[in-house]
Amino acid sequence: MTDLALLSVRGARKRFGPVLALDGVDIDIERGEIHALMGENGAGKSTLIRCVSGVHSPDAGSVSVAGVPARPRTPREAELFGISCVHQEVHLIPHLSVAENICLGREPTRRFPFPGIRWGAVRERARQAVERVGFEIDVRRELCTCSIAAQQLVAIARSLDCGARVVILDEPTSSLNEREVEALFSVLRRLRANGLGILLVTHFLDQVYRIADRITVLRDGRLVGTRSAADLSRAELVAMMVGRAIHREPRAEQHASRAEQPRFAARGLRRRGALDAVDCSVDRGEAVGLAGLLGSGRSETLRAIFGADPIDAGTMTLDGHPVRPGSPREAMRVGIAFLPEDRKRDGIIPSLSVRENIILALQARRGVFARVSNREALLLADRFIAALRIRTPSPETPVHRLSGGNQQKTLIARALATDPLLLLLDEPTRGIDIGAKEDVLDLVRSERERGVAIIMASSELEELVRACGRVVVLRDRRSVAELMGSAVDPTAIVRAIAEAAPEPDVEIATRG
Amino acid sequence: MAEPRPHPGVALAAIARDLLWPLVALAAILVVGAIFAPGFLTIGTIDGRLVGTPIDILNHGSKVAIVALGMTLVIATGGVDLSVGAVVAIAAAVTATLVSEQGVPWPLAVPAAVLVGTMAGLWNGMLVTVLRLQPIVATLVLMVAGRGIAQLVTGGLIVTVREPAIDLIGNGASVGLPNTFWLLAAVFLGLALLVRRTALGLLIACVGDNDSASRLAGVPERSVRLFAYAVCGSCAAIAGLIDCSYIRAADVNNAGQLLELDAILAVVIGGTALTGGRFSLIGSIIGAMLMQSLTRLLYMLDVSAEIAPAPKAMVVLAVCLLQSSVFRAFVGRVARRQEAGTP
Amino acid sequence: MIRERQSPPERRSLPHRPRLVPRLDPSVVPSAATALVLVAAFLLGAARYENFASWMVLRNLLVDNAYLGIAAVGATFVILAGGIDLSVGAVMAMTSVLVARLVEHAGVHPAVAIAVAILAGMSFGLAQGSLIQLFGLPAFLVTLAGMFLARGAAFALHPQSLGVRHPFVAQLLNDSLSLHIPLGPRGVVIPITVVVAGAVIAITWWTLRQTPFGRAVHAIGDDEHAATLMGVPVGRVRVMTYAIAGGLSALAGVAFTLYQQAGDPTACKGLELDAIAAVVIGGTLLRGGVGGVIGTLMGVLILGLIQTIITFEGDLSSWWTRIVVGVLVLAFVALQRGVDAIASRRLTSAA
Repeated sequence: MTDLALLSVRGARKRFGPVLALDGVDIDIERGEIHALMGENGAGKSTLIRCVSGVHSPDAGSVSVAGVPARPRTPREAELFGISCVHQEVHLIPHLSVAENICLGREPTRRFPFPGIRWGAVRERARQAVERVGFEIDVRRELCTCSIAAQQLVAIARSLDCGARVVILDEPTSSLNEREVEALFSVLRRLRANGLGILLVTHFLDQVYRIADRITVLRDGRLVGTRSAADLSRAELVAMMVGRAIHREPRAEQHASRAEQPRFAARGLRRRGALDAVDCSVDRGEAVGLAGLLGSGRSETLRAIFGADPIDAGTMTLDGHPVRPGSPREAMRVGIAFLPEDRKRDGIIPSLSVRENIILALQARRGVFARVSNREALLLADRFIAALRIRTPSPETPVHRLSGGNQQKTLIARALATDPLLLLLDEPTRGIDIGAKEDVLDLVRSERERGVAIIMASSELEELVRACGRVVVLRDRRSVAELMGSAVDPTAIVRAIAEAAPEPDVEIATRG
Repeated sequence: MAEPRPHPGVALAAIARDLLWPLVALAAILVVGAIFAPGFLTIGTIDGRLVGTPIDILNHGSKVAIVALGMTLVIATGGVDLSVGAVVAIAAAVTATLVSEQGVPWPLAVPAAVLVGTMAGLWNGMLVTVLRLQPIVATLVLMVAGRGIAQLVTGGLIVTVREPAIDLIGNGASVGLPNTFWLLAAVFLGLALLVRRTALGLLIACVGDNDSASRLAGVPERSVRLFAYAVCGSCAAIAGLIDCSYIRAADVNNAGQLLELDAILAVVIGGTALTGGRFSLIGSIIGAMLMQSLTRLLYMLDVSAEIAPAPKAMVVLAVCLLQSSVFRAFVGRVARRQEAGTP
Repeated sequence: MIRERQSPPERRSLPHRPRLVPRLDPSVVPSAATALVLVAAFLLGAARYENFASWMVLRNLLVDNAYLGIAAVGATFVILAGGIDLSVGAVMAMTSVLVARLVEHAGVHPAVAIAVAILAGMSFGLAQGSLIQLFGLPAFLVTLAGMFLARGAAFALHPQSLGVRHPFVAQLLNDSLSLHIPLGPRGVVIPITVVVAGAVIAITWWTLRQTPFGRAVHAIGDDEHAATLMGVPVGRVRVMTYAIAGGLSALAGVAFTLYQQAGDPTACKGLELDAIAAVVIGGTLLRGGVGGVIGTLMGVLILGLIQTIITFEGDLSSWWTRIVVGVLVLAFVALQRGVDAIASRRLTSAA
């Protein structure tokens, strides 16, 4: 026997352009262990998994399997080293049978009378793999007729058939119901008993405590720590994930008086698979924060308000008038503006100029035929470039040449150019440098002082505390608490996120 | 400086930069032509109108250019229209049949033909935006059925047109230059005004560049796409009129045959990327003239009209390879390796 | 049904999805529709025209569409893998002229000429596939350029139709190498082109269903990203599909040469569209992953039946064929979209 860990990563480092996605991370997975990997968006979980499973090659650091150095360059090579990865959106082939999916690329073949696949052997091997995972399925079924849960188990069976010793599961439970989660967990326990190492990435605290032996937390690409699950309280875990305030931040002064009628109020927002019951409201000149872990419904709430994803139930009012935007266009027409979370995918128009990116939303709202003249566009662009301190050689520079922070400011300028009543900011400081963060937060303050109502979702609690006088806490796609005034404090937020019931010593207004 | 000034210099420099390579390529073809094909650049006058190879190029290139203008908008939205050749045939058939067989006066028949082209474009656009088909598949349907529809219109015959007004479109000249050129100029001006004086140009480029972001910025993505396909259909119909006028008849088997590649190529040479986004109308016109010059040059070098597509296809592939980032990276790697090899 | 062993015995009912209707795998729907259309087209013909349901008509259906069938099988590979090949018809013309030229002008034995032509077609497809795979160029553009190139090459080889009068060709075509089937009053003679087409369909069916390569073709068309992660050599498989399509187009060109007993550079204009239409009507999804050559065979037969019916109709002009084909393609593409939409809705509601 050896005391070497089954999978050992040392000093993993990976840089994407200017972003250091992974900065010297160590992690060990033992035989017969379920190891949870946790962290917020952008913490480096996905990058770490991809470096281990051969999708990316790390810039520095080492990976070894049972003491043997492994440097997989493709997923296939990782499988040969015994490392296998099961993703949330199952990466299998929907229209092949279960058995084929388990054996694809490694089918047993024969030469006579005609060269071809030995289907009997394929099915037998698939049945054995399924057996080892511990569930029953007709392996001749087409994969796409199976539930997501079953597809995940098939993916695990494929891993075993590949001879995996370490199975990495990336957010396996996000689309499963409770019964399916329990079935998956019993499979994982069974694999653990067989001496496999399991790395589980998830953002559900309950599930981590139900199944994990140890927990490793990453934040901003760095290792925060590895702890035994039994010795780590929920609040500590959440604090590790979101980071603790190093010094007292200047706090946003509380909104003086609550007006009779809020500028915007949403009640019971519901969208299947995304939101269960979310309430929030915001006054004129107020900034309200949405706090919660990844998957708690932060972004989903903002997207629902903006009409980007239709809601199934719930009511919204703007200045007392009921609104229900069916599309971003309608939302913009009533005076709502939105800064999306994924800057690259949903935000910038990469090859167009800064000027064009800034006026785009305004132009779309005015309509095709009321063109924003060159002169007006340049005035607007110059104004926002100066006000937001966007560093660009010229307003005509294509926006993809700008740094992340300046792209973000361009997008904020796009939202502000429509002169909104309600501004929705989704992770406004994600992936931008410190200076730009300060600028963005200053901007939130000045816009608030101008009377704009702001709802801001962020995983950075200090920022929420600094920018918002009120914080709505979301958990499991519901709003579970609302903190106000002196209660708006990172520790209190962490506690509200971590626990089912609010602590009595904090002033928390809970909602149904 | 309190008052920000527009920066016309910057914008003009950008346009010049975008058009540099197409113009260089066009010049190269003309130079090669002047060297190898005597009379390639000669212009004379007969009865006060200019004649000669360059004028022929201008005349026939205008047809390709008009189709390319419509195609530019479609490609800018990230799509492609493979049915333009079929639409040319349909429009030619409609014009000829209305004028010659139904006795409809040409001022009515011409708009009717263009309208039919617009409808064909709207049909493609509907398939793309409502049924959400891939543009290649959506326009393939009309590419397959279009010539059949055109033959249905003409009854399978070659319908001759004796209307002098129609004849003038393709074979007449005004102010010394062929009428097709003036038609092209009109279509270009109309489109340029429509696209640059309204916000359509910006919105088309946005949709092609990043449609998810455009939707979140409130851009009416479907209408924009629909518009692009409709314009493309109308442009193809105008080309159908020209085609009908050239030969004074509607020959639906040959009208607009293989025009789609010429048009796509003209757009790509003109600096509009096949992936969509920023586009250049004037670039597409230069691209079309370049294509026509190449065709004409090959013809004058005694390359038969049937073989001519082969060298054109080589040009297509070369241009696309030069635009491909993978290819550029590949060439860069090779170049670096050679540099490293020679100390 | 799946039974996870550890699952509690009672099943939580999901209120939003009644399970009254048995689950039909939606990806079967297009193939079922194909068979239905084929039968319907035949019955329509048989009911309308007296001599329609005769062995002679059936034989001609096979003979007239054998080369289209071979070409469409090639297109099936490319489309199954998620690509498209617009160069089919031009490659056929090119190889047809190549064979005629080699035999008539260069004095090459037809068997050698045929082998050379098929190799040329494969190399052509290989080159197209490499451009698509290595440099990420759009498939439609590369193969559209390939179409022009091959068409130009065909004319460069010989500008007009060139008859092939080599005795070997006559021998290939005469009765000794054909299948004699004792059906009908005078028996039915099936020429070699039909036999070759049948063999091609059988071999490609086996390749696609029974070999790792064939399964990989399905896999990369279905979900390329997943296939990459599962260790399928995506690039090699994709390039191979284009090479196979090129080779089969060439074989189709050879079959066409035998059928016409001439090489013709103007031949098969627009045949690529017929091939794609046959594939789509045959139930193969244009986005790849689902379908097969049996469907394509049915698609080709449907196209042939439409042609035959329109011929039988007499006063109905032949261009109706294009329109009916266009409508059928649209119907099947729309059907595929519908099936996709239903499948994805089911998946999300199952989640």
